[in-house]
Amino acid sequence: MTSNVSRWALLSLVLLMLPLGAWADWGALNMPKGVTEISNEVHTLHMRIFYVCVAIGVAVFSVMIVSMFLHRKSRGVKPADFHESTTVEIVWTVVPLVILIAMAIPAARVLIKMEDFSDSELSIKVTGYQWRWRYDYLDSGVSFYSQLKSEHNVARQQGAGVDLEYYFPGESFNGEEDVYLREVDNELIVPVGKKIRFLHTSADVIHSWWVQDLAIKKDAIPGFINENWALIEEPGIYRGKCAELCGRDHGFMPVVVRAVPQEEFDAWVADQKLAMASRVDDSERQWQHEELVSAGEQVYQANCASCHQAEGQGIPGMFPAIAGSEVATGSIDKHLNTVLNGVEGTMMSRFSDVLSDADIAAVITYQRNAFGNGTGDSLQPSQVQSLRTGMTADNGLTLPSKVAAMPELNSNTGVN
Amino acid sequence: MSTSDVTHHTPGEQHDHHDDHDHHGPAPGLMRWVTTTNHKDIGTLYLWFSLLMFFIGGAMALVIRAELFQPGIQIVDPMFFNSMTTLHAIVMIFGVVMPAFVGLANWMIPMMIGAPDMAMPRLNNWSFWIMPFAFTIMLSTLFMDSGGPAGGWTLYPPLVLQMGDSFAFVIFAIHFLGISSVMGAINIVATIFNMRAPGMTFMKMPMFVWTWLITAYLLIATLPVFAGAVTMLLTDRYFGTSFFSAAGGGDPVMFQHIFWFFGHPEVYILILPAFGIVSSIIPTFARKQLFGYDSMVYATASIAFLSFIVWAHHMFTTGMPLAGELFFMFSTMMISVPTGVKVFNWVATMWRGAMTFETPMLFSIGFVIMFTIGGLSGLMLAITPADIQYHDTYFVVAHFHYVLVPGAIYSLMAATYYWLPKWTGNMYDEKLGKMHFWISTIFVNVLFFPMHFVGLAGMPRRIPDYSLQFADWNMIATIGAFGFGFSQLMFVYIIVKCVKGGEKATDEVWEGARGLEWTVASPAPYHTFETAPVINPDTVTR
Repeated sequence: MTSNVSRWALLSLVLLMLPLGAWADWGALNMPKGVTEISNEVHTLHMRIFYVCVAIGVAVFSVMIVSMFLHRKSRGVKPADFHESTTVEIVWTVVPLVILIAMAIPAARVLIKMEDFSDSELSIKVTGYQWRWRYDYLDSGVSFYSQLKSEHNVARQQGAGVDLEYYFPGESFNGEEDVYLREVDNELIVPVGKKIRFLHTSADVIHSWWVQDLAIKKDAIPGFINENWALIEEPGIYRGKCAELCGRDHGFMPVVVRAVPQEEFDAWVADQKLAMASRVDDSERQWQHEELVSAGEQVYQANCASCHQAEGQGIPGMFPAIAGSEVATGSIDKHLNTVLNGVEGTMMSRFSDVLSDADIAAVITYQRNAFGNGTGDSLQPSQVQSLRTGMTADNGLTLPSKVAAMPELNSNTGVN
Repeated sequence: MSTSDVTHHTPGEQHDHHDDHDHHGPAPGLMRWVTTTNHKDIGTLYLWFSLLMFFIGGAMALVIRAELFQPGIQIVDPMFFNSMTTLHAIVMIFGVVMPAFVGLANWMIPMMIGAPDMAMPRLNNWSFWIMPFAFTIMLSTLFMDSGGPAGGWTLYPPLVLQMGDSFAFVIFAIHFLGISSVMGAINIVATIFNMRAPGMTFMKMPMFVWTWLITAYLLIATLPVFAGAVTMLLTDRYFGTSFFSAAGGGDPVMFQHIFWFFGHPEVYILILPAFGIVSSIIPTFARKQLFGYDSMVYATASIAFLSFIVWAHHMFTTGMPLAGELFFMFSTMMISVPTGVKVFNWVATMWRGAMTFETPMLFSIGFVIMFTIGGLSGLMLAITPADIQYHDTYFVVAHFHYVLVPGAIYSLMAATYYWLPKWTGNMYDEKLGKMHFWISTIFVNVLFFPMHFVGLAGMPRRIPDYSLQFADWNMIATIGAFGFGFSQLMFVYIIVKCVKGGEKATDEVWEGARGLEWTVASPAPYHTFETAPVINPDTVTR
């Protein structure tokens, strides 16, 4: 009777596995080979150790299965009484050791190659922020932030009700169609055929910059600079993600690397320099109130809405509301200080490096006028600029202590 | 049960001896459980507690899997999702696997070595009763304004320092759990060293006793390190120190080194007693002595030693120097040698035995096979260049769930079925037990096997939403999770049914059972071995 249970269970196990295979796409089962020499070598190592493991598994499990079939009491066998054999024990200690050494040598060789950062032709500093990346091209001075594209940001909100399969169709797993949570506003543009050195650090908590196709993953740690490199041969788009838990929106800080031919890269760098110059102009000119509000709405949706929510209502107990809040309707200086310096010990991070003067002026103006706050205030980028320099001039870099010196700020902006 | 072909020497214990000792029985009413110093009562408390926590931690896992059923965010806020992943780990590690092993140690170690009780019975009462309070504090953070801990069970700064006011409660609870475990471990070491019956030499101890002795040393060595690490977090947060803050001259990576110096031996704390359990059960149902007992002992000790010098393999992406990466790769690979010895020994024990497949044996064989799968993916993770791709993906999640669920948890289920007749005096329902095994085994693989695929294809851990390419396998894993979770209700039903009644168990219970615990009556009397049993050189004790 009881062996019937086992037989039925085994049969259903096998039957259950069959449709699973047909259902899922086999392309998504394994590590991709990637597009660099290193990523291919890593893939080779992965497959080799995988086959070694399969071989060991098959050997051990077959002996077990044969034993379970032959050496069962119901077949009337009498148990043997051996219980040790030094020879056998030595064999199954030494054989695995030999296999391990055979695996360790090629692994060490690839590792040494991965850690060789010399002779790079281009350096890019990658800084992690909650929850975006900043890229600084150290050779040309180009720099920008990169974060999840706004339509994805809308679609991924709780209760958004967006039909993901429709808006982000995912027919081919390795192709470009599957982009949900994998697109950013500003892509990292790099030239092909150049050894690129990445320098990783973080402005707040630990992140990890991972691009699977390049087989590079390195932690971005505040106060540390980690090195990494890649040499991409094929132009293309390579997508990655933050791999180290970094708070609420850890799942929503993708990486997109676009590798282009050298000429295209040079042209892009030139464009970026022009764009940066015009952003400086933006900070200096006088803005209209409506212009600030509409620009501010975009900045708000991209940077603030994921915690403070689209209508500024916040999440009670977790993220304070902007609507009707003391900060957004009270002194504009305190409001500006909160946005620039964040609130220590909470998830409210510093935006002074992340946003330009124009963005900060716009978002503060928006917050003070939207959500029924209706203060009628407007803040000019030039005011932000002068305040910003004024604030750092009086006591250097210790921005958190400035926040601490204003205890009333902690009480109404903090997560506590 | 039919007669055994294994000779049993019944040591000095007389079963009817206890009739004269009624005044030594348990106190009546609820106070029995509050004030008890009896190792069997305390073992029972630990086991029920961990069963309760198993369902709490399991409910958290189901919240995680329900959210991941489809891409998009449907059910919980990402912050709450992070709290669930964090607390699921803390509950399962500190509230389920560790207390369950301590409960088994309490019940079985004195009976296995012929001792009347644990060496320090009052300490024993404390080590248990701290835990319900610690977990009440820990879980109460979920109802606080700032929410539960959401920085992962590894508590990495600076992220963990962003936690709201619940931070202090979490650290406090961790300290208490640590104190409870260290006290339990000290008690076990003291018991094994001082309370063995005359003639019970170290090399006559059952493997379960050996593995627990070594585990207890791991606990004593590493939990204070963890307590130190979380205390430094506490002072960083509230007293202005900068142990882990680079801006203040500290080092956030140092926390990871300290944490994993605890954390890696902790992994073996969660698995060594399981090795001991399986090493007891497989010989019983193969009706053949454990193969290579001596090498099993040495392998356990080697694993424990190696566990102290592999910690940084959790940190290959933190930017360690090349020499460090090479060292930790080689030392990690070395662990597979003694672990392999153990697996080979179990297979050799089965070989040419006369096996029957009662529920404990099924769970033990399930353990050996699925633990080996988890061990092999562990070997893959040791290859540093490949680990850089695997690190922090679902491949890692699949790996450690294979060693912990069909590994550690299966060993606990095997142990429960194996010793339940000894504890209750009744046989459990064998047919239901087998159904429990098969249903669990099907669903646990549907749950965890697909995680290898999504991990290799690039899905990171600890994310509440994912790209569409991972949708199919996540849906399958969630189906497996709900199947596995709900089938555990069978386990509770079988236990309760067995406690209430059933076919009476014999003293020996299993035909091939060896060891002192099978020489006492079933159910085991409230006091056993008040007079030490006589252990001769030819007494079978393991």
